[in-house]
Amino acid sequence: MSTEATAQPRESWIHYLGGFFLTGVESIGDVALFSLQTILGLLARMPKQSNVLMQMYRVGVTSLPVVLITGGFIGMVLAVQSYNQFKMMHLENRLGAMIIMSLVTELGPVLAATMLAGRVGSAMAAELGTMRVTEQIDALRALGADPIQYLVVPRFLACFFTIPLLTALADLLGMFGGWLISTQVLDVNSFYYWHYAEQFVTAYDVATGLVKSVFFGTAIAMISCHRGFHCGAGAEGVGKAATEAFVYSFVLILVMDFFLGVFLTSLYYVIWPGTVGLI
Amino acid sequence: MLPLQLSTPDKVIELRHVSRSFGSQHVLRDLTIDVRRGETLVVIGESGCGKSVTLKLMMSLLQPSVGEVHWNGRPTTSLSQKQIDQERLKYGYLFQGAALFDSMTVFENVAFGLRQNTEFPGDEIHQIVVDRLREVGLPKTICQKKPAELSGGMKKRVGLARAMALMPDVMFYDEPTTGLDPIMSDVINELILHVRQQRPVTSVVVTHDMRTVEKVADRIIMLYPLSRLHPGESQLVFEGSPETAFSTDDVRVQQFISGSAGDRIEELLQAV
Repeated sequence: MSTEATAQPRESWIHYLGGFFLTGVESIGDVALFSLQTILGLLARMPKQSNVLMQMYRVGVTSLPVVLITGGFIGMVLAVQSYNQFKMMHLENRLGAMIIMSLVTELGPVLAATMLAGRVGSAMAAELGTMRVTEQIDALRALGADPIQYLVVPRFLACFFTIPLLTALADLLGMFGGWLISTQVLDVNSFYYWHYAEQFVTAYDVATGLVKSVFFGTAIAMISCHRGFHCGAGAEGVGKAATEAFVYSFVLILVMDFFLGVFLTSLYYVIWPGTVGLI
Repeated sequence: MLPLQLSTPDKVIELRHVSRSFGSQHVLRDLTIDVRRGETLVVIGESGCGKSVTLKLMMSLLQPSVGEVHWNGRPTTSLSQKQIDQERLKYGYLFQGAALFDSMTVFENVAFGLRQNTEFPGDEIHQIVVDRLREVGLPKTICQKKPAELSGGMKKRVGLARAMALMPDVMFYDEPTTGLDPIMSDVINELILHVRQQRPVTSVVVTHDMRTVEKVADRIIMLYPLSRLHPGESQLVFEGSPETAFSTDDVRVQQFISGSAGDRIEELLQAV
């Protein structure tokens, strides 16, 4: 009787809701502490240059083809998908402005970050997870190295500096891809493609996208390293950590994109008053 | 050398009423163990009884849920993280699977602690690495190989060379012969003895291998899984010399030493 009485609340929906909420708060707090430790590790001692350069090579150079292909095709798809609507309004010459604006403020940073979360984030989580289950992280500590300083800080720096650069390159390829389809296939005048883009897209729009990509890069590094460091046992644990690294990074990229979008748009109106902002 | 030994505490490491849980799983409960200077303490016990956890608690790679770990008479909780990191350099750890860094060569693995913690010039580090590898019977031609290219026995020996690179005062061996053939197991046992003969090092060895116990132990303790204990019983079911371990009438110790399943098969079948 007493067993049933104690078991019942555990099965209620409110118990699961409470458990879900607590786990969520605990996870967020854990990632925040992990990020703080990383910043403190960075301030305490700069990592070895060779280690950071190696991570930059792995994050940046090896991701270049996939990011360039992504950027290029986004520009081309945007041109194809928007052309008919613009033509109906006789605005096809302004296609370049729309393509480049969409690319530099939204699609470039978000899709490049998504690709990198899949390619780089999962790999980081799997690598660190494997190091954890094979006791290599314990071995680092046993040999006098701080695992966060040695493993996380270089990855964080690599993502922080490299992902905005990759995003910029994805944007450039997207602009070129959009131009190629617009001018060579859809018969848009090349001069107007660039002319209207220059008129409508400001330096602030480009900066908005790059600022977003800095945040996305930081999020990818922190979440992926955190999942790797807290990976469960065995091959299943490593696989789960890699999947979680991508899923959590992707969700966070979308959430951050919204809030950064609102914030940066409002900031624009604060810096250049004259129009009412979003908040 | 002698006055220094007399002036330092006899107990190098102590676990005092230590318990450790992982989530809802309790692994260690109210365990009190000490490691005496210069001895080779061997920890035996069934799989899952918490031997490796005990070793990591001693090394402060894990923190106890309850209780205290003392290093040279001082609780580790009274030390700052920096002091712990510094003190830990006096301890060498041979991990169960060697835990070599996959991305580094053998040379980089053995040199890691030296590069991380000393200002030695490159040629001196090179000489130390070659010397440590030679001590564990590995030629310097192995230096540029990656861990994936090595056999299990070679990995263990590289792990041992890496653990010894900083000339530690205390060596921890986590199942040093597991997964090795009898000859390579004996090589590892001989190396454990060799390390001790070279320098007055204190050793803690966790093992299932009774040949290792016979060969290297000064003192033995046996842990028992919490799940098989009666309420109030201590997890430390035996503590004594190798001779008393082999002659004790404690059924649990004798079953383990002789490798006899006893009534365990029936118990397991009943549980199913």
